Amino acid sequence: MVIDVHNLNFSFGSGSLTQPVLKGIDLAIRKGEIVLMTGPSGSGKTTLLTIIGGLRQASNGSVVILGEQLVNSNEQTKVKIRRQTGYIFQQHNLLKSLTALQNVCMTLELQRDLTESERQYRAQQMLAAVGLEDRMHYFPEALSGGQRQRVSIARALAGRPKIILADEPTASLDRQSGHDAVEILKQLAKELNTTILLVTHDYRILDIADRVVELEDGFVKAVEKQE
Amino acid sequence: MSIVNTWYFPTRLAWRQLIHDRLKLVAAISGVLFACVLVFMQLGFKDALYASAASMPLKFDGDLFLIHQQSEAMWRPAQFERSELMRALGHPAVAEVAPLYLSLATFKALDTQVKRTLMVYGYDPDTDLLNVDAIKTKKHELRVKDTVLFDEYSRPEFGPVSNMLEAGQNRTEVNDYKVTILGVFQLGISFAADGNIVTSDLNFLRIFPNRSAEEIDVGVIRLQPGAFIPEIKEELRAHLNDFVKIYTYEEVLEHERLYWENAAPIGFIFNFGTIMGLIVGMVIVYQILFTEINNYRFEFATLKAMGYPHSYFIRMVFASAFILAILGFVPGLALSSSLYNLAESQIFIPMPMTLEKAVTVFVFILFMCTTAGSLAIHRLDSASPADMF
Repeated sequence: MVIDVHNLNFSFGSGSLTQPVLKGIDLAIRKGEIVLMTGPSGSGKTTLLTIIGGLRQASNGSVVILGEQLVNSNEQTKVKIRRQTGYIFQQHNLLKSLTALQNVCMTLELQRDLTESERQYRAQQMLAAVGLEDRMHYFPEALSGGQRQRVSIARALAGRPKIILADEPTASLDRQSGHDAVEILKQLAKELNTTILLVTHDYRILDIADRVVELEDGFVKAVEKQE
Repeated sequence: MSIVNTWYFPTRLAWRQLIHDRLKLVAAISGVLFACVLVFMQLGFKDALYASAASMPLKFDGDLFLIHQQSEAMWRPAQFERSELMRALGHPAVAEVAPLYLSLATFKALDTQVKRTLMVYGYDPDTDLLNVDAIKTKKHELRVKDTVLFDEYSRPEFGPVSNMLEAGQNRTEVNDYKVTILGVFQLGISFAADGNIVTSDLNFLRIFPNRSAEEIDVGVIRLQPGAFIPEIKEELRAHLNDFVKIYTYEEVLEHERLYWENAAPIGFIFNFGTIMGLIVGMVIVYQILFTEINNYRFEFATLKAMGYPHSYFIRMVFASAFILAILGFVPGLALSSSLYNLAESQIFIPMPMTLEKAVTVFVFILFMCTTAGSLAIHRLDSASPADMF
């Protein structure tokens, strides 16, 4: 198992203001699996995603990612998991003062064993794979919404992460560019055998999933197998 | 290798973010430049002040100097008995002693007749107390009654003395006493006196009728060749009354400099100006770094989510501060150099741009920028990757 969540509880606030968000979540995802997570607003999808990604600290239950226990973990463990995870945000979250190519390189600069030319080469390959070979030296503000999201997919995948975590990646895109983006994501992930956990409200993209998990009020409500 | 790795990437990112918004970068650089010029000018004026204040004993030709302990600075000395100086002659290592008389006096400008205050040096011309060639060559003429030599580096308000002398106009009044100007020499002015004249001891007593030959301002002692000055100084010290102080040449310069630095409020004013300049510059740089971090905090949070450690962003902030320091310092140095030249031509006080001064100011500016950086760092805490989704 790449992601193994067991009996995870999580609350915001403290004392009488405690607001439970996750109530005993169990979720296991195998290597290479593409899992979509749906559910109404406030059901705890994003919170679960941030805990799995090592961005938020949980203190109750068990969250084992790539063999590392994240519950009550230290900063180093979380940073280690973050470096093996690619994130795709609802907003593209590209660095506006860097070109598309430089943005993708930011992921690779964490890998100190690469030379500058290797980084450039891999970033160029990745941008070509998302169909942006002629937009490499554009700044984000000169790109369309769909192009920005594809740069951010390239950025997430460039470091060859073992896990991709995506939060509503199609929310700010129109139907066609949204579908193109997740299609590229799926195709590249399958090539690299990357595990994907994708939170979405967008029922138009459910077809890319191996499995759909539905969350409601902090519980896993249903698991739909797709054949 | 590891230093390159840890600093190269954050510095490059800081650089890319800084040059992305040119307008803001220009504003930031102007802030540093402003502080830079301010500090350069304060230090320049301060050093010029000390240099010119200390220029009074600079040309004194002697090994040891006696000054009354009540003399705060040489431009307003307290007198002591000439016999006190003569007592030093009893020491076998002392070759000769010479009294120096000093006083401020009014000098009537040759052209405008306006009276301004200058410093009058009086000593026996044969002793060559001031090591200035133009005075030494005129020592016989100076023996004539009511003659003086004029410092041509005096402020121009005293009139174009050199030109007037060539035109044959050489009579004026010092302390309302008519004198003849024999010629000019070059000494340089100080903050205490706008000009200088040199005359013989006898003429000095004529110009200042209420002064007596027995009351001297500075006692100059010359030792036999090869004498060990600090040792002789200690031996003489034991023979002299406590109300006179004995200084070596270096100490008498230091004594003058310390007066302007501490006793006079002027040193404080310039130090205060320097500190204010640095604080204003620091606030500007802090504001710029703070807004920068604030504007980029979502990007920082994104990078944190990607696995960048907190220390990376701290290095980035310091790299930004360092870049701003350099980009502000270089034009600041150029601008200050030309302002120094302007000041030299306007106020006739030497303001050299020395390497030492440039390094000092750069260290100040660097300190200012890194302090601003460390104050702005707390804003990084607002970049939390958990809020990114």
